[in-house]
Amino acid sequence: MTVTAPAPSGSLLGARAGGSRQLKNLTAMVLVYLSFGVALVPLIWLLWSVLSKGLHAVTRNGWFTHSQRNLTYRDPGGGAYHAILGTLEQVALCTVIAVPISLLVAVYLVEYGSGWLARTTTFMVDILTGIPSIVAALFIYAVFINTLGDQRAGWLVSLALVMLMIPVIVRTTEEMLKLVPNELREASYALGIPKWKTILRVVVPTALTGILTGIILGIARVAGETAPLLILVGYAPGINGNLFGGFQASLPSMINAETLNLNSGGTYGLVNGKVQLIHNYAVDRVWGAALTLIVIVMALNLIARLIARFSKVEQ
Amino acid sequence: MAKRIEAKNLNIYYGKFLAVSGVNFTIAPRSVTAFIGPSGCGKSTVLRTINRMHEVIAGASVQGEVLMDGENIYDTRVDPVNVRRTIGMVFQRPNPFPTMSIYDNVVAGLKLDSGRKKKSVLDDTVERSLRSANLWEEVKDRLDKPGAGLSGGQQQRLCIARAIAVEPQVLLMDEPCSALDPISTLAIEDLIQQLKEKYTIVIVTHNMQQAARVSERTAFFNLAGVGKPGQLVEIDDTQKIFSNPTDKRTEDYISGRFG
Repeated sequence: MTVTAPAPSGSLLGARAGGSRQLKNLTAMVLVYLSFGVALVPLIWLLWSVLSKGLHAVTRNGWFTHSQRNLTYRDPGGGAYHAILGTLEQVALCTVIAVPISLLVAVYLVEYGSGWLARTTTFMVDILTGIPSIVAALFIYAVFINTLGDQRAGWLVSLALVMLMIPVIVRTTEEMLKLVPNELREASYALGIPKWKTILRVVVPTALTGILTGIILGIARVAGETAPLLILVGYAPGINGNLFGGFQASLPSMINAETLNLNSGGTYGLVNGKVQLIHNYAVDRVWGAALTLIVIVMALNLIARLIARFSKVEQ
Repeated sequence: MAKRIEAKNLNIYYGKFLAVSGVNFTIAPRSVTAFIGPSGCGKSTVLRTINRMHEVIAGASVQGEVLMDGENIYDTRVDPVNVRRTIGMVFQRPNPFPTMSIYDNVVAGLKLDSGRKKKSVLDDTVERSLRSANLWEEVKDRLDKPGAGLSGGQQQRLCIARAIAVEPQVLLMDEPCSALDPISTLAIEDLIQQLKEKYTIVIVTHNMQQAARVSERTAFFNLAGVGKPGQLVEIDDTQKIFSNPTDKRTEDYISGRFG
């Protein structure tokens, strides 16, 4: 061995320095795991509550095929078909409008935008991010119902949801597009591929998984919105599949409507001429609708991930 | 096929910063020219002006002319996309498209530039390009697997196959071996020797032995001074540059007395 003094003495000292470093490392690790646990508690608690209280309502016969037409909180049966239908229709229309706009805005901001127009667009998206859903709903109400004289209907809800969905998708898509290494763009340009085709065939596919996640986040964000429903379409216990006419149910507004029944009339009632404890079926319906909403969002999430997986080259 | 490249009074800017000034050179068709010089002297920048990749960077601009067989590629009527189709490029780090299979990577330039191509035409191109890049035997059974799953050296050869699949006239290589081990480097150098039969090749390298091995002509770039733009010190036959360079600075650099 050559005489290089610092190495051996360094390693001896290192043992002591390592002690305090290990302690720091351990502390940080414990804190990280603790934070993880703390963050997990409300999630598991929520899932458990919704599952334990809503599962029997959802698994009961007719939940996915029947509506709440002519049923009160004292009547068993019925389902959430009307609300599921309304939610799916409204969110689908919203997604169809919002996704292309958001993707184009994000592509513009990342790939083309510079100068005042890009800065203004970013600023506007920031503002949209901060808009409360009730303000978006009132804006649509003011424009379409007050000014243009339309009737309250499901498609107006979709329009209000579009305003809430756009910033979510724009933000995530922007981040995902920025993550695509510039080398790939340059490799594509160097092959003589025009910029727009580079974006379409190289940049967007590379970021696709992240973009899909952003879209799902956007859907999850709007699927549970309640204010636009109350203001723009109301609630109907019966089935209305028409987005463009009449009151329409959806899962959040069903939860809201059934919640109003929780205390109205109490849980005691006249049964066969005697005052008896009767079951309040609104409770089941509230939890059932909540569970259904969660399941729909999770199912969409799953579908998006599957699409992302199968659109990739086989690993 | 191969074309002659001439640079006339090139001044290359990043924004207002003059990175390289006063570059003049001529590159003969079907030859290998190496660009050598210390880091930051503008070799890669000059290389990127040859196929108009320099202007892809925000704020970057070029003054002067680059002539390809007498035609100025910086003429306002010239579409940079067409220039890049004619002058291919291989980058420092292998960069196959991660979402595409080996097959799709090779035909990316063909498929993406215009309309549909016949499957048989594409198949032929894939085999020919991969054979030219000495990669065919290694990947012919897994053309549908992702290009990113190959080793670094294979990925770089895949990138070369991708570049020559569009049948360029000139091939620019920006330190193509700097991320590779000696065996992969040797494979690429052999490949360069084969490719020069058909293409005009310009290669930027930090490895002077590599420049001596693969090139016929060598250009030495250097900074004109601290804080001053880079410049082309001299360009001459590789043998002369490495044995008896005209300029004292080249000799200092080659012999390792520099910096």
